[in-house]
Amino acid sequence: MRHLLSAGDLSAAQAIEVLDVAEQMAATSGRQINKLPALRGRTVVNLFYEDSTRTRLSFEAAAKRLSADVITFSAKGSSVSKGESLKDTALTLAAIGADAVVMRHPASGAAHRLATAGWIDAGVLNAGDGTHEHPTQALLDAMTLRRSLAGTTGDLAGMRVVIVGDVLHSRVARSNVLLLHTLGAHVTLVAPPTLLPVGVSAWPCEVRTDLDAALAGDDGPVDAVMVLRVQLERMEASFFPSAREYTRRYGVDATRLAGLPAHAVLLHPGPMNRGLEISAEAADGPRSRIVEQVANGVSTRMAALYLMLAGSETP
Amino acid sequence: MPDAPSQQAPREVLGPDDVARALTRIAHEILERNHGPSGLLLLGIPRRGVPLAQRLGRRLIDIEPSLAGAAGEGATSTADATAGLAELVGSLDITLHRDDLRRHPARPPSPTQVPPSGVDDRVVVLVDDVLSSGRTVRAALDALSDLGRPRAVRLAVLVDRGHRELPIRADHVGKNLPTSTAERVAVLLAETDGRDAVVIETVDPPAERPGATTLGGAS
Amino acid sequence: MTALVLHDVAPLGGDRADLVVLDGSIDALLPAHGADESVLAGLRRNHERVTEIDGAGHVALPGLVDLHTHLREPGREDAETVQSGSRAAALGGFTAVHAMANTEPVADTAGVVEQVWRLGREAGWTEVRPVGAVTLGLEGRQLAELGAMADSVAGVRVFSDDGRCVDDALVMRRALEYVKAFDGVIAQHSQEPRLTDGAQMHEGDVSSVLGLRGWPAVAEEAIIARDMLLADHVGSRLHVCHVSTAGSVELIRWGKQRGVAVTAEVTPHHLLLDHESVRGYDPLFKVNPPLRTARDVEALRGGVADGTIDIIATDHAPHPVEAKEGEWVTAAMGMTGLETALSVAVHALVAPGHLDWAGLARVMSSAPAHIGRLRGQGQPLQVGSRANLVLLDPAAVTVVDPARHASRGRNSPFAGMELPGAVSATVLGGHPVVQGGALATPRPPTPEADGAGSLR
Repeated sequence: MRHLLSAGDLSAAQAIEVLDVAEQMAATSGRQINKLPALRGRTVVNLFYEDSTRTRLSFEAAAKRLSADVITFSAKGSSVSKGESLKDTALTLAAIGADAVVMRHPASGAAHRLATAGWIDAGVLNAGDGTHEHPTQALLDAMTLRRSLAGTTGDLAGMRVVIVGDVLHSRVARSNVLLLHTLGAHVTLVAPPTLLPVGVSAWPCEVRTDLDAALAGDDGPVDAVMVLRVQLERMEASFFPSAREYTRRYGVDATRLAGLPAHAVLLHPGPMNRGLEISAEAADGPRSRIVEQVANGVSTRMAALYLMLAGSETP
Repeated sequence: MPDAPSQQAPREVLGPDDVARALTRIAHEILERNHGPSGLLLLGIPRRGVPLAQRLGRRLIDIEPSLAGAAGEGATSTADATAGLAELVGSLDITLHRDDLRRHPARPPSPTQVPPSGVDDRVVVLVDDVLSSGRTVRAALDALSDLGRPRAVRLAVLVDRGHRELPIRADHVGKNLPTSTAERVAVLLAETDGRDAVVIETVDPPAERPGATTLGGAS
Repeated sequence: MTALVLHDVAPLGGDRADLVVLDGSIDALLPAHGADESVLAGLRRNHERVTEIDGAGHVALPGLVDLHTHLREPGREDAETVQSGSRAAALGGFTAVHAMANTEPVADTAGVVEQVWRLGREAGWTEVRPVGAVTLGLEGRQLAELGAMADSVAGVRVFSDDGRCVDDALVMRRALEYVKAFDGVIAQHSQEPRLTDGAQMHEGDVSSVLGLRGWPAVAEEAIIARDMLLADHVGSRLHVCHVSTAGSVELIRWGKQRGVAVTAEVTPHHLLLDHESVRGYDPLFKVNPPLRTARDVEALRGGVADGTIDIIATDHAPHPVEAKEGEWVTAAMGMTGLETALSVAVHALVAPGHLDWAGLARVMSSAPAHIGRLRGQGQPLQVGSRANLVLLDPAAVTVVDPARHASRGRNSPFAGMELPGAVSATVLGGHPVVQGGALATPRPPTPEADGAGSLR
């Protein structure tokens, strides 16, 4: 795994390898000394053009637990149209000897560009690019689903996952659809038609606009519900009329969850808008795996960094 | 050995009975050296060190029934034996502590399983199939120190083939097998390979060989 | 007085002939090898210089006319100048280009268009015809002084806010009406602005996967439909820039059947590339209107073949390197085209049989000259025509290398592609500005006003 740019780049075998390694990483977290020497002497740069404390901390923790040297470059506030070009930043990172660059960027395709433009040899890990993808989020979600639902086999094949929210602007949705499809799960996207991209019919999933119908599980019981963050600015751009109407039609609350099978779980990539796309009762309820998602994030990112960097000097 | 790409037919140096005898002898040595079963913990190094540790553990329980069952009240039921084995035997993955991670394709780590009572103040016997350069054992010592602080650490291997690159020696050795670097020693176990044997094959040129060569066997 | 003899060329790919050019016009069309030593001796007696070009194996076409070129001067001389763009045009076989109005300052006054026109004449590599802005500052609100630009020495006949759409229906109506007084034409950049706010690429399955904001086909088609109805209503000429969708072709076909005075252009890149190229996020493929689907490409080729689309225009849009190497969303839109247009057209239209050489001459020379009301360009290859010519070696295969282009722009989406056909010679008003596939000498400025002056 040279780069990790899109969840779609992973074959089923590769995805399962990441998830299996993530489980081993998770197993080390309870040790007296939970720092592993695997990436000793390697330099991981966290290049964050967007303010995302959660993701940045998660990657920092992951790289440090593997003993990598971590340099965090927060370009927060420096708008992409101003300041140093991506190329010059890349050349700088190459000069300081970065072995891997973890990049969060508001522009779709920015990580792809960094990886393929020929400016730098380092592996590039996409930590979220615009409205494109966020592959490690999908991996940590898959890890969470495996732990919650798949028992000892770790097999997500045939699982039914409903993803509800602002699909149009969601990199989490794109990565999850691709990864869950690769792992054999059935995904149903639910959103108001305004928040579904034109062309979504070509995605490997089902698309619905009625949340209650999707949760009813006509084609089989729903195993997991993944709620996407909805930004209130979307309201001003006429994507939906009001927060109240959105919540009424697409908000996930305890009542809607009550009809699900007992084993079904609830995920949210965070940060949550409690009261908008998810109710507090649902977020804090017994089905919620939202806290586990955060913990699994570190393990998943350790696995991704390990698989990217170990063996990178293989002839 | 359908996957062996060796130029010459592999030469079997130990058969199933030899392997069994060697393990029995090692089990007795471990108890003797430890002056009894007190505090013992066997940690197998994946992949083939793990079933070897299991077999050694069962032999220890056979010799010292007190090792089975927490109560240790004479009669050893199967359930007691299983519980006893879980307290006596574990596994210690060393993948993330290897010193050659950069130079080999990334490999997924295997599970590390340590009894709930942990490693602190135990006498840990590391178990592996082949001892060669000593690098695996060095990595295992590092990995072990992350888990806690054993009272003592000892090393038991089925085969010592020489070619040490680090100041490390085994406390218990099933068989010393002086070999040339062009030769490859493979330990086969019923659990992983369908039969018990130790074979030597000449590989020219020396190359990574998946299958019968284990992580431990490669070092 | 100079003479030029083109030996053994195939006019429009037909029977081979020798062309004798005297004083900027075609003086004789002889059978192949007809311009023998006795003819040459006669020419040498009466002319101080006789230039000969061996055109064996070459197709002769009337000099190409581009109705849509961005020369960037004044204002963005780092991207292109009239000089560098003219050289690129000559190398691409263009004997006339229409320089778009979105310069800094905008070409919305007689002063700016005259400056561009003069720079073009001084350069002498191709005829530079300025396009005037429709509205002041391209802002879509108040008409620019269209009449003053028409009456200027630049003789502007094509008006466009290209880069932006004249989206206000009333302003568009007035513009269409007003230019009738001097036989002008409004060249519309058809893009409904609200539907394309922040748009990055064609809206479809690829944009949905890439997470790039979509530029829907309807945003082009709605404006084309509206403009055709407006042009019909007020009896004006409408030219549609860079048609990019199958729906637009269908609408224009409908408009022509209805008798609307509409003409349309398509760019070389829309005839060859589709939105799949965007998957690598390489900003070289970022252009406005965006690359569409393979189905659209087919419809556009079909539209050229059946005459629905009148012309090929390059929309040559050079950018400095730094504008094209960052993140996709911050990169500039546009592609260079002058030096690749003919090869792409041969590849996309002639080779598959959509057009013969005469058809290619129509869509790249005579029809655009007619839309731009450009005299002396796009004339048939016959005695008396102005000697604006291009010689093309159809058997040559060129690997596109932007580093070798005369344009300052390196942003060719065709980089690395093998394309058929190479321009060997370009003749501007009887003067070979390109010979042997390389720039020769610019045409010396002539005292008599040609181009615009001859219009009056």
